[in-house]
Amino acid sequence: MKARRISAIAIKEVLQVWRDPRSLMMALLVPVMQMLLLGYGVNLDIAHIPTCAYDEEASPDSIDLLKHFQASRYFHLVANLGSERQIADAIDRGRCKLAIVIPADFSREIAMTRHASVQAIVDATDDNTATLATAYARAVVQGYANDVQADLALRLAQAPAPAAIAEQSRVWFNEDLDSRNFIIPGVVALVLALVGAQLTSLTISREWERGTMELLLSTPVTPMELMIGKLLPYFAIGLVDAGICLGFALFLFAVPFRGAFATLLFTTSLFLIVVLGIGYLLSVLIPSQIGASQMAMFATIMPISLLSGYAFPIDQMPAAIQALTYIVHARYYVTILKAIFLKGSGVAALWAPIAALMVYAAVVALLAARAFRRQLA
Amino acid sequence: MSELLHRIAQILVKELLELRRDRWARFRLIVPPIVQVLVFGYAATFEVFGVSTTVLDLDHSQESRALIASFEDSSRFKVVRVATTQQDAEGTIDRSQAAIALVIHPGFAQLLRKGQSAPLQILVDGTNSNSALIALGYADAIVSTFSQAYQSDFLYRTQPASAAGRVEIALDDRPWYNASLNSRWFFVPGVIATLTLVMVVNLTAFAIVREREVGTLEQIMVTPIRPFEFVAGKTIPFFLVGLALVSIITLVGTLWFEVPFRGNPLVLLLGTIVYLLSTLAVGLAISTLCRTQQQAFATNFFFVNPMFTLSGFSFPIASMPPVMQWLTYLDPVRYFLVIIRATFLKGVGLEILWPQLLALLAIGGGLMSLAVLRFRKSLD
Repeated sequence: MKARRISAIAIKEVLQVWRDPRSLMMALLVPVMQMLLLGYGVNLDIAHIPTCAYDEEASPDSIDLLKHFQASRYFHLVANLGSERQIADAIDRGRCKLAIVIPADFSREIAMTRHASVQAIVDATDDNTATLATAYARAVVQGYANDVQADLALRLAQAPAPAAIAEQSRVWFNEDLDSRNFIIPGVVALVLALVGAQLTSLTISREWERGTMELLLSTPVTPMELMIGKLLPYFAIGLVDAGICLGFALFLFAVPFRGAFATLLFTTSLFLIVVLGIGYLLSVLIPSQIGASQMAMFATIMPISLLSGYAFPIDQMPAAIQALTYIVHARYYVTILKAIFLKGSGVAALWAPIAALMVYAAVVALLAARAFRRQLA
Repeated sequence: MSELLHRIAQILVKELLELRRDRWARFRLIVPPIVQVLVFGYAATFEVFGVSTTVLDLDHSQESRALIASFEDSSRFKVVRVATTQQDAEGTIDRSQAAIALVIHPGFAQLLRKGQSAPLQILVDGTNSNSALIALGYADAIVSTFSQAYQSDFLYRTQPASAAGRVEIALDDRPWYNASLNSRWFFVPGVIATLTLVMVVNLTAFAIVREREVGTLEQIMVTPIRPFEFVAGKTIPFFLVGLALVSIITLVGTLWFEVPFRGNPLVLLLGTIVYLLSTLAVGLAISTLCRTQQQAFATNFFFVNPMFTLSGFSFPIASMPPVMQWLTYLDPVRYFLVIIRATFLKGVGLEILWPQLLALLAIGGGLMSLAVLRFRKSLD
């Protein structure tokens, strides 16, 4: 292996990328576009849920309960309805996601038995929003009940009876439970995998298609030198992209970064090797540029956005699908990124996913080298 | 008129012949849709079951065991470890062995028996904020049920005269249209819109760019076929492909995943037809911007990706910043998703969905006229 031959190939590749504005655009514009789109667009936190009220009683008590909803930042009261039918209509038309129904005997029940109930009708077509909305509504109703309780105790001049169990919850790592902190580190993996595989998927098939492969083969360059020389420039581009993504994550989206940059650099380089290797492999196997880049797209976007755990928790998937996630390279990198960003984990704590990425890199490089030799034969 | 139809039909036959000969294209038409629906159906879920839980019971009382048992009985939590020290419990969260830890300190039962408030400490790994939030909600529900039962029992035993007790207001939640809050019912119908978008835009753009790249576009243009007829002949096959995709996914969704279809299939068909107009127009527009298939591929990505992200397919539009929410109004996928989910789950018809249909028609019509104009210009 000669450094001179590798650098000759690398310089040729740099010139080619430099002269092809579309490749450059793909390399620099896509990370920016993806970070903006996903950074702002991928958000599970809900607030200001459009809410309707159907107050059958219209007493000071029921109006007070609705005021509690109005005061919560999670709800936005959009209408007061007069019948059950109107609720169905409002939810069908998407005017509100939640309808609070206060029964006609609401305050009487509280006065007589101290037990009452209100109904929350929620549009569950989006089940996640529905689950969260119900939990927030329960908290509002609980808060109202506590106020009524305090009021009552004051009037009867008793000490208020405390709740039997006082929950004290402490949230670690993502203290404000901000979904952006959870999603953005994963988006970095998504962007790198996409751009890396796209750029390299063209590199060999382009040579085949243009007939320059024969020319390259007549030179003394070996397959290994060719691979390293071809991938080096893309590795540099990948690191620049990683820098762009990191800049967006830290400065625009203000995701906490608690780990060490060295750990991030090391694991990112490892992931880039895997990603570039896959693109190279596809490009060796599929002789047409368009076929190679389509396969690269198909082989990255869906598995990564669904099976890497960047948004959908892996532990909630059926066992067979969980097994499938182990062959998705981004799974390991997403785990690493979330741990570095939020937990501040170091290499020692992350040895398992790092080892997995290393094995992955070795296997991909081996396959690429072998496939290349077979294509020549 | 008959001549016009005849010429369109000829292009159509030519396209279908090409499609039949291209085995790779057939693979791309059939396999990805089925794989996508299956993976989405199984993998895409925001539901929370069996949260890995560590328990640390330093009180060892009947009460503390009863509280832990009520967590064990819930399908939402799964006790994976019984810790013996606070450090041990915190370590399981640190090492991601458990997502939540319940800590009961000594003296828990004593406080309860005195009628005082007993603390329960809950530690949560907030890395996945959505799951953490939902898990906390479930924990809250379990604790307050336990707490209320204990309290009323306690008051009944100690002061039967004033057994009214604390004010309790129950929230009786009624999730409509998806009573068991099944994520699959949300995602599987949605795949109809996103998959058709990706496939139809892709196929249309490539079919025309290929002709341009290979040089057969010029050949066709010297025949008496007019641009409009060419466009119609080129897009109708992909229109049919789109209809086939929608049917395949609807069948897999209803038969395999048992997602209910409560509305009128004709409403979905109407929505599909109008929606396909937009996707064909986007494909056509991309084809006018590109000279080579490689360019078409990259341009495709720049169009399809934002349309996908802004559609509300998996992440609620209401949670996006205002500027982005405005942009979603330009996205045809947004409206089609509303139509799909409403026909599948809500079972409502045109009386509710007419605004979405009109919006789709306007966007599709506008895009199509722009694309056809551009296409004619790109021939000169």
